[in-house]
Amino acid sequence: MRKILTLLLAGIASTAIAQDTQEPTPELVGGSVKSNVAIAVPVMPGDPVGRQVSEVIVSDLRSTGLFTPLGPGGLPGYSVEEAGNPAYPSWRNAGVSALVSGYIEPRPDGRMTVACYLHDVTAGRELTHQGFAVTSSDWRRAAHKCADLVYARLSGQQPYLDTRVVYVAETGPKNNRQKRIALMDSDGSNNRYLTVGRNTVVTPRFSPRGDKLVYVSYIGRKPRVLLLDVASGQERLLIPGNHITFAPRFSPSGRDIAFSMAENGNTDIYIVSASGGQPRRLTSAPGADTSPSFSPDGRQIVFESDRSGTQQLYVMSSDGGGQRRISFGGGRYASPAWSPTGNLIAFTKIAGPFRIGVMNAGGGGERILTDGWQDEGPSWAPNGQFVMFHRTPQGAGAVRLYAVPVGGGSARIMPTPVGGSDPSWSPINN
Amino acid sequence: MNKTILIGMTAVALSLGACARKTPPPEPALPEAPAPADPNSTDPNSLEVVELPALQADLVAKAGSDTIYFGTDEYSLDEASKATLAAQARWLLSTPNVRASIEGHADERGTREYNQALGERRANATRDFLRSQGVPDNRMTVTSWGKERPVATGSNEEAWAQNRRAVTVIIR
Repeated sequence: MRKILTLLLAGIASTAIAQDTQEPTPELVGGSVKSNVAIAVPVMPGDPVGRQVSEVIVSDLRSTGLFTPLGPGGLPGYSVEEAGNPAYPSWRNAGVSALVSGYIEPRPDGRMTVACYLHDVTAGRELTHQGFAVTSSDWRRAAHKCADLVYARLSGQQPYLDTRVVYVAETGPKNNRQKRIALMDSDGSNNRYLTVGRNTVVTPRFSPRGDKLVYVSYIGRKPRVLLLDVASGQERLLIPGNHITFAPRFSPSGRDIAFSMAENGNTDIYIVSASGGQPRRLTSAPGADTSPSFSPDGRQIVFESDRSGTQQLYVMSSDGGGQRRISFGGGRYASPAWSPTGNLIAFTKIAGPFRIGVMNAGGGGERILTDGWQDEGPSWAPNGQFVMFHRTPQGAGAVRLYAVPVGGGSARIMPTPVGGSDPSWSPINN
Repeated sequence: MNKTILIGMTAVALSLGACARKTPPPEPALPEAPAPADPNSTDPNSLEVVELPALQADLVAKAGSDTIYFGTDEYSLDEASKATLAAQARWLLSTPNVRASIEGHADERGTREYNQALGERRANATRDFLRSQGVPDNRMTVTSWGKERPVATGSNEEAWAQNRRAVTVIIR
């Protein structure tokens, strides 16, 4: 046991050195939020899938940027009985601050229970535990839920790891690009395609409960907003007739959808009930009004408009009243997204390159988070701590999805099988 | 678009080669009048549009071009564009039973949704000019491809200039 734990110490040091520590450039938000908490995640006993469960927990915890997770390889095992009662002194000697243990056992209804424990090794006590009942094929959900339990307890933030991402998978050269709507777990697993690539598709967005999508498909040579029920695959045009519609977003209640319609050289924002009916017009200024995004209480909408001459951000009531500009920072501002926590608005800033930034919901306090050539299209994690976007490299190279912590730190590439753009982060899975 | 032009040109070349006497090549066959779409349908499948490549080639051959170009963030027509569109209008007026899908495009240096709006501005300005040349509204439809369909793949001024365009696509 001692020999293995000594190797563990060396493992911690070399892991820390091997971490990707891209230095932020001066204009980025200062410093990484890494706190380098060393968390051990040995193989979970009780079922052969326990090793994979532990691997997913390690990968999830590493992706938060807050921890240095260790294992499951190279760590001593333990029995089901020991899961709630670990040998704290041994772990303390190994220089580990926290331990994630648990077990898997079958249930009478054919599903399995995954029990997850988080221990404060330094203090020598359990911090929290929870059991998750899943079908055996859903073991990944239990692993994400366990990692979320650990992340939430140690960071004080709401969970976000048990989520999905809908995005546009891109293949082919720029002048013959194939685009398909794709859905994956937010760690890149379970990637599947919802459209076949015959029509160009862009900007898919989840409903607040994650059961529906709105997206834009070029059908009959025009962009149209479609409303899709994910489980059944049934879909319909949001607006019947021969209109150019795009930039759809659900309201936080899920009852309404805001979108843009372009007609006679003018683009305005409309709102329509998700169950159908006449759309109501919210903006009418000459200019291109687009990219609407609701505040989490549903009472306000942030959008972009070039009515002043250049693309800037505006906020209005969700009935269209009180339209006021909130961006004044020099450069152009586009594709705003209101944080689920309500205090920040993310955006694409165009000042030569495209960069992702955030500002206070009332305007001001602007911080630029990324440093690519064309970073565009921010989408928030449900806990408001991370923003996902797509990055187009200059010249050759595929467009890819990245996630960046809002408190500062490097953007991390998302594992997609092919190129990806227009990500939308789901709410927490039920 | 290049592919459809090539097909049309090959067909014309063959028919020219086959004619020893000075008879003109046969005019492309004109299609039936289009069936009206149900304006209240929410079925995505009700919206399909049929391109007519042979007639597209004929438009290009007779009007000089099916495409006009724009400055960065601009949607105004310069004199060269107006001359091209005037010739397109003459072709449309002499070719009944077809419609035109006027399609606006933007280069990659704008965000996705803004570029969808900008493309529509370009297509709309183009349609308005064609209307001023006598083409009736019920023979034209306007759309925007945003930055989704570049013809030039470079990330440089030359490529961007080629992508900022409005194309007149002949449809049934």
